[in-house]
Amino acid sequence: MTAVDAFTPLRPDTDPYRLGHGHEAAGLHAHDASGHGEGGPASKRVIVGYGFWIFLLSDIILFSAFFAAYAVLWTATDGGPTGRDLFDPTSVAVETACLLLSSFTCGMSAVATGARSQLWTQVFLVATGLLGAAFLAFEAKDFAGMVAQGAAPQRSAFLSSFFAVVGCHGIHVTTGLLWLGTMMAQVWVKGFRPNILRRLLCFNLFWHVLDIIWIALFTIVYLIGMGR
Amino acid sequence: MLGKLTWDAIPWDQPIPLGAGAGVIILFLAIIAWVVLSGNLPYLWREWITSVDHKRIGVMYTLLGLVMLFRGFIDALMMRSQQALAFQGAGYLPPEHYNQVFSAHGTIMIFFAAMPLIIGLMNFVVPLQLGVRDVAFPTLNSTSFWLTATGALLVNISLVVGEFARTGWLAYPPLSELQYSPGVGVDYWLWSLQISGVGTLLTGVNFVTTILKMRAPGMSYLRMSMFCWTALATSLLIVAAFPILTATLAMLTLDRYLGFHFFTNEAGGNMMMFVNLIWAWGHPEVYILVLPCFGIYSEVISTFSGKPLFGYRSMVLATMFICIVSFMTWLHHFFTMGAGPNVNAVFGITTSIIAVGTGVKIYNWLFTMYGGRVRYDTPMLWSVGFLFTFVIGGMTGVLLGVPPADFQLHNSLFLVAHFHNVIIAGVVFAVMAGIEYWFPKAFGFRLHEGWGKAVFWLSLLGFYAVFIPLYGAGLLGMTRRLQHYDLALWRPWVLAASIGIVFLVAAAIAQVIQLYVSFRRREELRDVLGDPWNGRSLEWATTSPPPVFNFAVLPDVHGEEPYWEMKRHAIERQEMAAEPQYRPIEMPRNSPTGFITAFFSTITGFALIWHIWWLVGVGLVAAYAVFVWFAWRDIEEYVIPAEEVARLERERRRPRAEWLAQHPGEYPA
Repeated sequence: MTAVDAFTPLRPDTDPYRLGHGHEAAGLHAHDASGHGEGGPASKRVIVGYGFWIFLLSDIILFSAFFAAYAVLWTATDGGPTGRDLFDPTSVAVETACLLLSSFTCGMSAVATGARSQLWTQVFLVATGLLGAAFLAFEAKDFAGMVAQGAAPQRSAFLSSFFAVVGCHGIHVTTGLLWLGTMMAQVWVKGFRPNILRRLLCFNLFWHVLDIIWIALFTIVYLIGMGR
Repeated sequence: MLGKLTWDAIPWDQPIPLGAGAGVIILFLAIIAWVVLSGNLPYLWREWITSVDHKRIGVMYTLLGLVMLFRGFIDALMMRSQQALAFQGAGYLPPEHYNQVFSAHGTIMIFFAAMPLIIGLMNFVVPLQLGVRDVAFPTLNSTSFWLTATGALLVNISLVVGEFARTGWLAYPPLSELQYSPGVGVDYWLWSLQISGVGTLLTGVNFVTTILKMRAPGMSYLRMSMFCWTALATSLLIVAAFPILTATLAMLTLDRYLGFHFFTNEAGGNMMMFVNLIWAWGHPEVYILVLPCFGIYSEVISTFSGKPLFGYRSMVLATMFICIVSFMTWLHHFFTMGAGPNVNAVFGITTSIIAVGTGVKIYNWLFTMYGGRVRYDTPMLWSVGFLFTFVIGGMTGVLLGVPPADFQLHNSLFLVAHFHNVIIAGVVFAVMAGIEYWFPKAFGFRLHEGWGKAVFWLSLLGFYAVFIPLYGAGLLGMTRRLQHYDLALWRPWVLAASIGIVFLVAAAIAQVIQLYVSFRRREELRDVLGDPWNGRSLEWATTSPPPVFNFAVLPDVHGEEPYWEMKRHAIERQEMAAEPQYRPIEMPRNSPTGFITAFFSTITGFALIWHIWWLVGVGLVAAYAVFVWFAWRDIEEYVIPAEEVARLERERRRPRAEWLAQHPGEYPA
């Protein structure tokens, strides 16, 4: 070790004052740093699921901007119709039922995937898709009815923000249906390969998040809107 | 058939954009012709365009950023020369053209110069410093890059086909609404930002996942390099802020395309909501840009002072503090909105508070240098230049953050001087330092020191010569974006700034010369060891340039400065660590997905701008087809055999072992 000591004073590796380095300044071994023993990169499944969650959080923030716009503009009806005039509780209840049920069937498809059952996975995915399509059909009927009454998004800032926030959710559901069809084809042709399982996981997350957004829409846009 | 697009869209009567556009097109075609004729097209396609390697993508981002920095600089030259000439006269740029120039300058510099440069350096450095082989989603990474390139391309198309926005870089309504901006300028602005914004958002998702879920064994959060910490903070900000931009742009798009009333004057629209929303993204964006730069300075100052970063933990804390508080200051961009004294006071106070985090960092850098053996290589010069210059910008910022003062200085050249002061010193200097610092790692040879120092001194001088006079003109009441002016009081300040920009032109020329000279002398500037600066973090542990897999074996991390530990052990024991068992490495395969996606995005964006609806349909259907096709692929990875890994790793070890034998007990550089 004498060779080491010979050039120790030249070693520029340490701050001679060891300031600002927490407990290491007290001479404790570096191994005592918190979190020692982290085992390297996570598994692909964790990485994909985690990354998709981060994306979903960004999507929720996107919606929050539209919600903020709605909150600012929902009284700006410009003498035109209000939510109380326009919203049809029955239709909204049916839409909510469709979407919540589709989340249930989506969850069942995940259970079937867990059991590696091609048949039941496909059955529940089809059910999810049909319920989603039914939701979209009811929403389209609502929108068409509003436009027919002269309550188009061009009528007032309130209607602009209403159509934007609800329509943005509708576009997400439509995209989800396209993705769903792609996933069914992939599961059918390629079976339960690890990468397909990861994608199914992401699809499930996506679909459930659309439900969460809908619950916020139901409460903030429809319930509060109908009360006014 | 072609929507609003006609031959009149090309500005036949305006020689400046037409000439510039023709020049760019000829240069572009010449480069493509050279690539094809020299037989390099397959190489370019295989090794760069379809590459999903984070290092290649990082280099491409940086190159895009530098090209667009040059383009934005040309705009700056036009603005300075216009104001020099337009005293009691019209100058040489007609108002509608001048308005496009300043709008394009801001848009390009923030979105297509600063952002690609920052993201480029993050791409290149973060996986290397984390000791891993790539980012979490390599193909997505390539897609992000090509979407950013799409946005840049659309902005440049607007030079020749149609026009760019005349509304300033943030296109405030109601000016940007259809009623007052009926042309396609604002639409170019909307769609280029929307498309590149999606790319940036996906980069944020990618890097949050990479940094939080993929690190070398033993690398706990508090062992990550400072640059990784700042990259994490920036990625979190991107994930949290860019969706707000997406939504805001979508609302303005709906207003312009479908007659919605989000921000219009009539039917209950609220234009101040746009200003609030855009700054709710815009203020975090400031920190998205500057935080990784603080990371670069931390790396550079620590390396060239030969000491660990002073107050590493307080630096981490300050970074995350800024990350959060950056969402609480947005209203200081429009104190004059009339939100009332209490609201303004709150945002004035948060503005002062956020400066504390930056203050902590400044002291940490100073104390890192204190007691160290400081080497003034070019990256360190940029860092020291930054410390002096940024403090001035910070102080004028805190001044602007005081609402009563802001009412005097709002929208004046004082403000312009302030944000150029912080962005040039904070971001441009950092990027220059970063490029100088990591260039040898990327290309295997160092940049020429003498010319690098010339670039630094000319830039520093040029910066002060341009912007100190603008502070003066602003204090005398000169507002920003003036196409012409009549007040003799402002004249000397404006002239001084216009002369000062000559230094920056010289700096740009010196930069080109530096790249040329360095390339010519690359053999003598060769970085054989892979550790040209006596570095401390993991990127210096591998070769320059690194192999595609970065590390033959993922490094085992035992402390804050993992590579310094390895190096110290090797030098003390006079031998390198024993050779491990090499295993085959799986790497992601190249994919043209990103490029194809961007190709169709360009078409869709262009079609949306010009209302060519059938082409929009074609673009969207094609996008879905690419998605299905990409998802259908069966083989995602290829395997590098263990023998190849061993061969490359021995190539890395040989020069290091030789160096160790020849220089007992010494550190490199």
